[in-house]
Amino acid sequence: MIEIGLGHYLTLGAVIFTIGIVGIFLNRKNIIVILMSIELILLAVNINLVSFSIYLNDLSGQVFTLFILTVAAAEAAIGLAIIVVYYRNAGTIRVEEIDNLKG
Amino acid sequence: MTNLALVFPEIFLSLSIMFLLILGVFKKNSSKLIQNISLIILLVTSVITLNETLGIKETLLFNSSVVIDYLSSFMKIVTLLAAFLVLVISSNYLKNLKIFKIEYPILILSSVLGMMIMISSNDLIVFYMGLELQSLALYVLATFNRDQLKSSEAGLKYFVLSALSSGLLLYGCSLIYGFTGSTNFNIIANQLNSNEYAITFGIVFILVGLAFKISAVPFHMWAPDVYEGSPTSVTLFFTMVPKIAALTVFIRFLYVPFLNLIDQWQMILIFLSIASMLFGAIAAIGQTNLKRLIAYSSIGHVGYTLAGVATGSNDGIQSSVIYITIYILMNLGLFSCLLMMKRNNKYFEDIEDLSGLSKNHPLMSLSLLVILFSLAGIPPLAGFFAKFYIFKSVLEQSMYFLAIVGLLSTVVAAFYYLRIIKIMYFDKEKEKYDTDHSLWLKFSLMFSTLLILIYFIFPSQLIEVVSRINII
Repeated sequence: MIEIGLGHYLTLGAVIFTIGIVGIFLNRKNIIVILMSIELILLAVNINLVSFSIYLNDLSGQVFTLFILTVAAAEAAIGLAIIVVYYRNAGTIRVEEIDNLKG
Repeated sequence: MTNLALVFPEIFLSLSIMFLLILGVFKKNSSKLIQNISLIILLVTSVITLNETLGIKETLLFNSSVVIDYLSSFMKIVTLLAAFLVLVISSNYLKNLKIFKIEYPILILSSVLGMMIMISSNDLIVFYMGLELQSLALYVLATFNRDQLKSSEAGLKYFVLSALSSGLLLYGCSLIYGFTGSTNFNIIANQLNSNEYAITFGIVFILVGLAFKISAVPFHMWAPDVYEGSPTSVTLFFTMVPKIAALTVFIRFLYVPFLNLIDQWQMILIFLSIASMLFGAIAAIGQTNLKRLIAYSSIGHVGYTLAGVATGSNDGIQSSVIYITIYILMNLGLFSCLLMMKRNNKYFEDIEDLSGLSKNHPLMSLSLLVILFSLAGIPPLAGFFAKFYIFKSVLEQSMYFLAIVGLLSTVVAAFYYLRIIKIMYFDKEKEKYDTDHSLWLKFSLMFSTLLILIYFIFPSQLIEVVSRINII
């Protein structure tokens, strides 16, 4: 049996964080996937904060996590609203077709 | 016992926002009323800030998670006044685009509230909450012309990249919390152990997040698209107001908890600054859209501001603050001209539309000339002094390379400013623009031009105010 310690949690956080970042840049199809990737990044941060908080025996990390969860919900709501507005104007949410502004 | 009088400006502002929301829901067609009340609220808040907090020595509130000092009070007042001017000159533009709604002033007020919280934050949690309150309002503002494809695309792009940058910034926060055991800036400063790689990682992540918000190269890619796509009055807000708060956070974040790690972040800041100055100067040359050009020019100006922060001296910080103040003034003038370029309620925003402006509108083109010369940094206008202070403080720290690159990019940047002047004065004239501008628009153009012109007569006033900023 291996002992699960801080290092394991941090590795998990780092892996999820990387998946989120890669998901934003490699994804060429759908903007909803980007929204999910952003959510993954925030969750990775939460894992980090909670495990640090337990490890340090200090509550402010968990308080920070609650704030991040709340903000993430608000952010997702606004993000979806913007996507709906964009869809009404452009008729598509494919990432590669979002290129009206360039120069 | 917490002295609530010191956070009274924030309390007043947040209560007013809630009041305005309710008023907007229950009273039909109240956009004009809400616009006027918001203007009064911004003025009152700045007066309260001036009275309650300016001149008070550094005070920590709420378990030392909020700091009130001279820097925060000064920056808050600049933010509030800049937001006031933006709001007051944008009403006619919004009416012409038929997007004069109650949400616009309320969103501006809430993002200003977020910025005020950011400016006086002394704790990672408070800082993050302020940042998000600001950004969430800005996403909606960028999408404000929601029936237009360009505006909604600008909002979408801004949302994705800004959320990504918040994520990076948060990851940095979590690392710093984990390896110092606290989110408070002062405690972090005491707990700091410079041999810890994780802390350097944390600083880098947070700097990346902040560089996104202030649109420094290489994290600038959202700026031109968002500036072009958003409604012009929102672009004006984007170029002026969030930069003040972001600069303050840069200063406070680097100089309060991490002053001892200056060797590790100084190189990053010098890189950000050099890259922004050069890129801003070179990429702007080929632009045809004025708003896009302003985006690149603002990237360049951010580079100069960061050069002052990179010096690691009090002088450098003060010159950065002076730079951002003068930059705001110049941008105000530039956008007032942009908002005056309309015919039959249709707005024009290409450089070509300025051709021959001097024949039809001599006064407007004269003030545009002054503003552009000042942006290019030609003496004796205010923009020259702003750059002069920055270079002086950079040279005092013997950072010659930074100064040389800065001077070179000033020369390159002068090219595209002068090209606009050439188009304005020597190209074939076009149809006349409308002249029925609101009084406030004329006033803000005159105000900024005059201040830029006569700054050299009394430069000591601003220096005296700013020289009381003492961070280190």
